[in-house]
Amino acid sequence: MPSILKTILPLFVIIPFVGFILSLFFNRTQEKAITNIALGTVGIHLLLVIWAVMSWLSTGMQTQTLKYWQLFEHEGFKFILDFYFDAVTAVFATVGGIITLLVVLFSKFYMHREEGFKRYFNSLLLFYTGFSFAVFAGNFETLFIGWEIFGFTSFLLIGFYRDRYLPVKNAFKVLSVYRLGDVALILAMWMAHHVFHTNITFTELSQVSWVEQFHINVNAGELLLIISMILVAAAVKSAQFPFSSWLPRAMEGPTTSSAIFYGALSAHLGVFLLLRTAPLWEVVPSFNEAIIALGIVTALMSTMTARVQSTIKTQIAYSAIAQMGLMLIEIGLGLHTLVLVHFAGHAFLRAYQLLVSPSTLGYMIHNQFFEYAPKLHATRSSTSKWQNTLYVLSVKEWSLDAFQFNYLWKPFKLLGKQTLWLERIPSQIILVIMIVLGVLMELEYLQSPLSIKQYLPELYAALSLFCILAALSSRGNPMRAWWKIVMSQLLIVLGVSLNVHVESAHVWIYLTTTISAAVLGMFCLHNTFHIDKDISLNQYHGYVQERPDLAIIFLICCMALVGFPFTPTFIAIDLMFTQIHEQQYTLVTLTGLGFIFLELAALRIYARVYLGQHKKQSHPIAYRSS
Amino acid sequence: MNKSAHFDVQHALHSLKHYLPTQSPLKDFIHHNSLHAFQSLKFYEAIFKASKIFGFQATTPLSDYREMYANGRIQDLVLNRVIIEKHGAESLDLWKQKALSQSYDEHVEPRIGQLRALWKSHYHIDMDTAVQPLLFRLLSHYLDQGIAIEPFPNTQLGLLAAIRHLETHSYVSFFKSKRVKKWLANEQLNLLELLNLVVGKEAYFEQYLFDQQFSHRGWSGMVATVETTPSVMLDPKKIALEDLIALELLLEIDVLDSKFGHSWQPITTHVTFAPQDLFADLPYSEVAEVFKIWQDAFEWSYYDSVLAGIQISSQRLAAQKASANTPSFQALFCIDERECSIRRHVEFADKNAETFGTPGFFSAEFFFLPQNGKFYDKLCPAPVTPKYLIKEFNVTTPREHDIFYTAKTHQLMTGFFSAFTFGFWSAIRLVQHLFSPKMAPAISNAFAVLQENGKLTVENQSTDDVENGLQIGFTVDEMAARVLSLLSGIGLTKNFSPLIYLLAHGSSSANNPHHGAHDCGACSGRPGAVNARVVATMANHKKVREKLKNAGIDIPDATQFIGGMHDTAADEMGFYDIENLTPENVKRHFENIQTFERACDLNAKERSRRFESIDTKAPIAKVRQAIKARSVSLFEPRPELGHGTNTLCIVGKRGLTKSMMLDRRAFMNSYDYKTDLEGKFLTNIMKPLGPVCGGINLEYYFSRVDNYKLGAGTKLPHNVVGLFGVANSSDGDLRPGLPWQMVEVHDPIRLLIVVEHFPEVILKAIQTTPEMYEWFINEWVHLAAIHPETHELFYFKEGIFNPYHTLTSQLPSFSDFHELIEAMPAMRTNQLPDATQENLPVYLN
Repeated sequence: MPSILKTILPLFVIIPFVGFILSLFFNRTQEKAITNIALGTVGIHLLLVIWAVMSWLSTGMQTQTLKYWQLFEHEGFKFILDFYFDAVTAVFATVGGIITLLVVLFSKFYMHREEGFKRYFNSLLLFYTGFSFAVFAGNFETLFIGWEIFGFTSFLLIGFYRDRYLPVKNAFKVLSVYRLGDVALILAMWMAHHVFHTNITFTELSQVSWVEQFHINVNAGELLLIISMILVAAAVKSAQFPFSSWLPRAMEGPTTSSAIFYGALSAHLGVFLLLRTAPLWEVVPSFNEAIIALGIVTALMSTMTARVQSTIKTQIAYSAIAQMGLMLIEIGLGLHTLVLVHFAGHAFLRAYQLLVSPSTLGYMIHNQFFEYAPKLHATRSSTSKWQNTLYVLSVKEWSLDAFQFNYLWKPFKLLGKQTLWLERIPSQIILVIMIVLGVLMELEYLQSPLSIKQYLPELYAALSLFCILAALSSRGNPMRAWWKIVMSQLLIVLGVSLNVHVESAHVWIYLTTTISAAVLGMFCLHNTFHIDKDISLNQYHGYVQERPDLAIIFLICCMALVGFPFTPTFIAIDLMFTQIHEQQYTLVTLTGLGFIFLELAALRIYARVYLGQHKKQSHPIAYRSS
Repeated sequence: MNKSAHFDVQHALHSLKHYLPTQSPLKDFIHHNSLHAFQSLKFYEAIFKASKIFGFQATTPLSDYREMYANGRIQDLVLNRVIIEKHGAESLDLWKQKALSQSYDEHVEPRIGQLRALWKSHYHIDMDTAVQPLLFRLLSHYLDQGIAIEPFPNTQLGLLAAIRHLETHSYVSFFKSKRVKKWLANEQLNLLELLNLVVGKEAYFEQYLFDQQFSHRGWSGMVATVETTPSVMLDPKKIALEDLIALELLLEIDVLDSKFGHSWQPITTHVTFAPQDLFADLPYSEVAEVFKIWQDAFEWSYYDSVLAGIQISSQRLAAQKASANTPSFQALFCIDERECSIRRHVEFADKNAETFGTPGFFSAEFFFLPQNGKFYDKLCPAPVTPKYLIKEFNVTTPREHDIFYTAKTHQLMTGFFSAFTFGFWSAIRLVQHLFSPKMAPAISNAFAVLQENGKLTVENQSTDDVENGLQIGFTVDEMAARVLSLLSGIGLTKNFSPLIYLLAHGSSSANNPHHGAHDCGACSGRPGAVNARVVATMANHKKVREKLKNAGIDIPDATQFIGGMHDTAADEMGFYDIENLTPENVKRHFENIQTFERACDLNAKERSRRFESIDTKAPIAKVRQAIKARSVSLFEPRPELGHGTNTLCIVGKRGLTKSMMLDRRAFMNSYDYKTDLEGKFLTNIMKPLGPVCGGINLEYYFSRVDNYKLGAGTKLPHNVVGLFGVANSSDGDLRPGLPWQMVEVHDPIRLLIVVEHFPEVILKAIQTTPEMYEWFINEWVHLAAIHPETHELFYFKEGIFNPYHTLTSQLPSFSDFHELIEAMPAMRTNQLPDATQENLPVYLN
């Protein structure tokens, strides 16, 4: 009954989403209700997945797809929720469902009476919604929704112990690497869209004739951009070279969440993306070779790093990265079935190993008690210099963490620090005037001289980026930083709407959301400021301890402002990219960079003001180093 | 702290080591006072001072005290009395108002860390974030006991020398700065030279080092502990705190050099304050006085009813005629407060049974070598160094393994094949674990300490039989001395039953790096089964019996001793060497097993009231099964609650407490003052009470009042480091102390020791050594006496025993144990006022 399977496809994202919404309505002490919702949701989902797989197998494994709901349409750009079911979906959904169900069951007891019990299950269900979106997605846009939800729930669960410094810091660190992947995916979508002037669905990708047509239409530069961006997005999610160092640092939450995210499902999403997009690039031999090379480099470096790890969770993290490197090699060789089996076994293995990781101490010490043999130190001194060199490099994790900081973030941080002029009143006035002029031009009350008109979008986008960077590197008043973020949004939307004609209704929807979020966010910050008259961004304040209500409202404002899926701004950001012409590389770069740093700048304010060690030591708070 | 400007490295190192945490690797969990370094001060002075220096919370927050007052746990009468004693009756209203409603700033601004804060304020460097990740990684790799597949090379050289060797034999370096590399290469590296460069003014050196080392007290404490006692690690590592400091200073210089080149100035260039004496006395603080009032009122609200109960029991006991009947059996348990309830249930299940409490090593101190073991396990209280070795032999059951823990899954190719084999198998195992948890090799099994079918070298064959300086087994005289000491200590010198059980205890738990903290404290944090079995063998030895007879203890030939163990998590009991029993005793033993089973049932039911996942009202067999499942469940972070709620220590006859329901809160050491009028045995009994029971109690106290800083925080994110500790995640500091799950039900109050003897005898006993006296005179534990003849109560304060009059006029009573347990409400949250509502008041039967 393939038709039934086809029509119920949307249920796979609706069920977890309903579960998530339901789970919000209980309080922390109602543990039974919360766990029952989670168990019920994931259980029903898994049963449905199993039924779907059966029915799919019994009907000759035909790929199923359904265009479900058109969120938005604008001049040929349609944002459609599109669902899809094939072998890759079947394996990822089954393995994901089983692991999530087992982990939820495990957590029911493990998380008992933990501070944040409810938060944990809320995040888990939201994560599962995102996972289902990604796995059942029938086009890039739907996949991207899942991708975004994923990144955000990762941030929440890594920073689960939000009253300590390290989890918050590492949550932010992981988020910033993830952002890179998000933008890579958006750029791939942008380019692909321009090559075909329509949304690419995975059904089309699976058709040989379509792919042939694609390769005729696309030029070398465009092709390179699309597939290299896909590879970057995949490498980021699966912690491949040179992004490996985030995975061990993500092990900050409860062991159960590390198991499900970083042992099993989240980390394999890069592998999933490559499998999903394989038809697009597998006909390009050099790209296959590039994937294989990346896999080899990652596998070797991570194995060496795993060998020197002396803590159990980082050891598992690095050996998992190495196995995902092997999966990349398998993908490059076209061994897709092998990859699927490898993924399934590997996800189970690492999830299990993480869950039992506390047992390691007792078991291995007991073993050592009976099997200890003193090491012969003398043999080591005669070893070659190369062996020592590799040891030092492995201990330093090949300096990948420093590399990311120095080459990916530091330049922008420095650039942000050069924007002190933005602080000055005249600059602020100029910005406001620019916005007013832009609005007037947009509403066609004002005609801009043609000579500068063509540069206006870039100008606005550049100003917008400056505002974001200034907010990102600000160490002072968060209300000012927030204001800059808001300005950046106004500037960027003007930049884009000056670029092409956009229906004013859409602009208004977008502006209303942005401005409401901006005002509400400012209200939260203002009220928080008045507690102690100091919320400067040079330290963490941990106000969630005193004002959890403001913290959650502010978080929602951040999400609305930065375009979290299902907020009007999300559509706007997507739209923004599709409206940029394929030759406008400057504009797309500026907008892309802005998009990376926008979420970081907003969540940085959230993290610094509301998370971290509470600054008042009138109750127990953690040492910074713990 | 050294106040003179002259800086002495050795003095500074010594001072640092004194204040750093001294927790050993987790495989041996020895409870101790978390503030042992302040023990020479009075309790309150010490905690407030330590709090001011290191910035942690020293007591329960005011709001919690007030809430407990509102819900009746802190009694009004007691609060009044405490205030009057401290401030006089005329100030009652004033201080009561302060205690109840005045708002205070409870904010603690620590003295430590102020100097190093200048890195951030004046250099814009986050020094800790820049240095700690690599520093911790190096320490963890260096000390690793077996997680890494490729070990740190040359750890026999010492930390700095090993890194030097690695650096000079490698093409890359951990450091960027050339001059740092040059310094490191120099074997005569001088700490003063580095301090001069980084700190500048000599007067600030010690303050800087305190700031630096206490920014990661977990790691520094571990290094200091391993330096002092290298044997705490199975794979020995040569390391010194001095090396750690030098390494950290080099890393700091490296950070500064790479940011500023060589042009930066030492940190004290910018200092605007004089060198601080971290340990200077505190000024008077009113909020501290209010805390003292509340803490005393909290403590005495409980103690008062306990003392009232003991006084009533003592009077009743004197009125009763002692029964001359021989008990059906006698059972010796550990003094551990978790055995408090099982003893009650054994006595309930068999009204003619008699139980005793004695430290769980049963007076036999030795090292133990299991068959095929490569190390000796110390089985006696931690401060004792035994001269004897007991070896296990003739074990036929092979040791079980779990191949899932092989490092091969972390290699590239074997990891690949593991995914296809172990991978799918692990999904099946996980389902099994979740739906039918059972004992497995990777679960810490208390009964695995020795094999039932193995034999032990209890008796020494020849005094030349020595291994590594330890005599193998005990001679007959040595055995007799130990049995004599055991029996006389608890006053069991006549009226012997046909069967006498020595019941040690241990605890099984799964997925629990802190499992050692649940085992027997009197056996250095290990299950005590070997001691029970060894001492039973000694006491059954014919020649030993003869010697005992000569010493005045005549044990009938028909009487046999049985060694056994109680698993405090699974509520299971096991017994050893049953084949040596006479046929009549075998029959009796099987009857007694029924009693023990019944007692375990009831004990499981009593414990189940604390576990929300178990329905206390379910049929008892089901409750028992659920309790057992907890001890082998990977997903259960609370296999048992350990020493949570411990508050009392009773030294005296069982009769004093037999009719009282003390929950599971009392350490109980059996003692009969009549057999020891001089107090000779009493001295030996009292000596370990401070370090062992007081240590447990204070570790729980501090881990409860500030679980973040003095405890290990919640267990759930813990990452096992090098098989010796836990940290949060990959870059965190080691977390000494107890995890939240162990302490959440604990009332943070000090231990009250009650001794049944004449006050003057007790006073003499505790004054035998200054170390012992310090515990009492400095009020780290409370001490009360019940006069055995007049039944008057006395409380020890400022060196003398003063009469104590209880405020409690009547104690509640209960008729049915099941009703009482089933009626107890579940805790609403684990905040103190809610969590401790579950802690039962004292009931009198």
